[in-house]
Amino acid sequence: MSDRDHLEGEHFMSGDDACAEGAISADCRFFAGYPITPATEIAERMSDRLPEVGGTYIQMEDELGSMAAVLGASWGNAKAMTATSGPGFSLMMENIGLGVMLETPCVVVNVQRAGPSTGLPTMVGQGDIMQARWGSHGCYSIIAISPSSAQEVFDMTIKAFNLAERFRLPVLMMMDGAVGHMYEKVVIPPLSEIHLITRRRPDVSPGEYWPYVPDDDLIPPMADTGEGYRFHVTGLTHDERGYPAMNPEAQDKLVRRLVEKVERHRNEIIELEEDGIDDAEVVVCAYGITARVAMIAVERARQAGIRVGMLRLITIWPFPEDKIKRLAGQVKSFVVPEINYGQISLEVERSVAGMSKVVLVPHMGGDVHDPETILEAIRQVVK
Amino acid sequence: MNVPVVTGETTEKHPLEDYLRFDRLPHIWCPGCGLGTVLGAFLRGLLQSGLTPDKVAVVSGIGCTGRSAGYIKLDSFHTTHGRAIAFATGLKLAKPELKVVVFSGDGDLAAIGGNHLIHAGRRNIDLTVLCVNNFNYGMTGGQFGPTTPVAARSTTSRTGNIENPFNMSALAAASGATYVARWTAAQVHQMERSITEALLKRGFSFVEVISPCPTYYGRMNRLPTGLDQMRYYRSNSVVRHGTNPNEVGVGVDGQIVTGKFIDIERPYLPSSGDGNNGG
Ligand code: SF4
Repeated sequence: MSDRDHLEGEHFMSGDDACAEGAISADCRFFAGYPITPATEIAERMSDRLPEVGGTYIQMEDELGSMAAVLGASWGNAKAMTATSGPGFSLMMENIGLGVMLETPCVVVNVQRAGPSTGLPTMVGQGDIMQARWGSHGCYSIIAISPSSAQEVFDMTIKAFNLAERFRLPVLMMMDGAVGHMYEKVVIPPLSEIHLITRRRPDVSPGEYWPYVPDDDLIPPMADTGEGYRFHVTGLTHDERGYPAMNPEAQDKLVRRLVEKVERHRNEIIELEEDGIDDAEVVVCAYGITARVAMIAVERARQAGIRVGMLRLITIWPFPEDKIKRLAGQVKSFVVPEINYGQISLEVERSVAGMSKVVLVPHMGGDVHDPETILEAIRQVVK
Repeated sequence: MNVPVVTGETTEKHPLEDYLRFDRLPHIWCPGCGLGTVLGAFLRGLLQSGLTPDKVAVVSGIGCTGRSAGYIKLDSFHTTHGRAIAFATGLKLAKPELKVVVFSGDGDLAAIGGNHLIHAGRRNIDLTVLCVNNFNYGMTGGQFGPTTPVAARSTTSRTGNIENPFNMSALAAASGATYVARWTAAQVHQMERSITEALLKRGFSFVEVISPCPTYYGRMNRLPTGLDQMRYYRSNSVVRHGTNPNEVGVGVDGQIVTGKFIDIERPYLPSSGDGNNGG
């Protein structure tokens, strides 16, 4: 990429635009999508920017096709992305599963709006968190990230591509409508300061290559299409040759590896931010736009003399259960505000295993929490 | 009865040995199924085209025909039901030097994948689609599908199908395909030649092959063996090149019009890359 293509410097841009620029800086050169609020601005910016940097933008007929085209492009050696919101995310679940099964690096952005169904198309929600984890059928592990600011959207989009390439799977950027449409300062660092990872290629000759023989880290090297490897890949349960293998043994071996290749690397994947946790009696655990609203409540609670910490999740899947488990003994209560009727709060509950109290502060969406609601929940638990 | 056991090893190489995954045989297709015939014709048509095989990728969806990718020794993708064309679109756009072929069935391409078919035609994406039409869903046990003729019986239309079917060739042509041909599995040489032409055609090329499914469609419609269906094709097919594809609908009995219906030039995507890999 030439320096002209890379918009180094300070900008005032939306979270959606920052997502597109993060993708460009990560060397994403293919975008397939379908217009949907509040993610459309990502498609619009990609349609401008990709031709400038020698990439391809295609507007597909629906989100089923968008996700399939992203997988195809990734097998054509492009870093590839799509961006959508709830209704489109539901349609993409089919081929997110294929992406997991074929071990295809790509990034799927969901700028969450309030559902179910068509819901509140232009307004914020965080109701797709469990869908991100479990939305496609069958067993697998996934990586999902939930940024809180336009700057973090830029940074985490690059990280999402790196994780996708490193672990060979679709990485989900779980933005929300508020972060997507919010305009803020974004600093794009010089190219030399951006560290990029690309998929590992096989170091054996085509005749000796089997597409699903993993290295020690459980991740198999990925051959490029059209280079003589003549590989076969299938959404059916398969063996290391990539051939269908219709038996429980092959299923066991494959699914365990698909899960383990993520779970074994939790420490490498998970990012979170903590503030005033050490002597806290209450910890607020939040992500995305809600973490910023919650911070207002946390500061007010501290002014009132309450020892309250903030645990902001940046990675939401895999869930940082070890961190929560360690805190469970020492912290009396967790307060979990989220724009849904309880999703991450269930994970916090599971992780504390009865050792702390967990209080959900639900909000149904359309706007963000009133910080007073979160403050009141903090007050209640320390009463 | 004493059946002589053949033990002698032949030194002669199967002409398609380099292009078939022999280590995956035996295949899963039923005796008398037309799919093996179409697969052989595809590979011979490909070799005739002069394209560099390493630069050819095959993408299949789901179903009996969807298994084809798994037997072809090229870079081959067995994807999700209906999405082969969309997957192939991404692959082709990301790497225009590839020749990308979609090899799938009528249910996969015209029902669950119908939207991708018509939009790939509209965009005139430089892909070749080989559509094996056996008038029913074979893999799931012979249910009627988007191409099942009116009155044809299937396991979900035991007294006869009441829905009007798609004419696949007309659908591809109306969508904007630059090349449309139809053959039956009994017209192997014509099919092969058409596949070569389609592979070398720039833009969205579409070859429909009407093919026997003796296990379900044939058995339920008074043509219980592959041979019966092939004989039926032989005595009822007519070759009429250039016929308006709107006039070539297929009924449960009667004539099957075959031939090359469309061969036109139109701007295609991606416009960069030579797409026929220097062959
Ligand atoms: S069910 Fe029909 S189409 Fe499928 S393999 Fe058997 S004969 Fe062929």
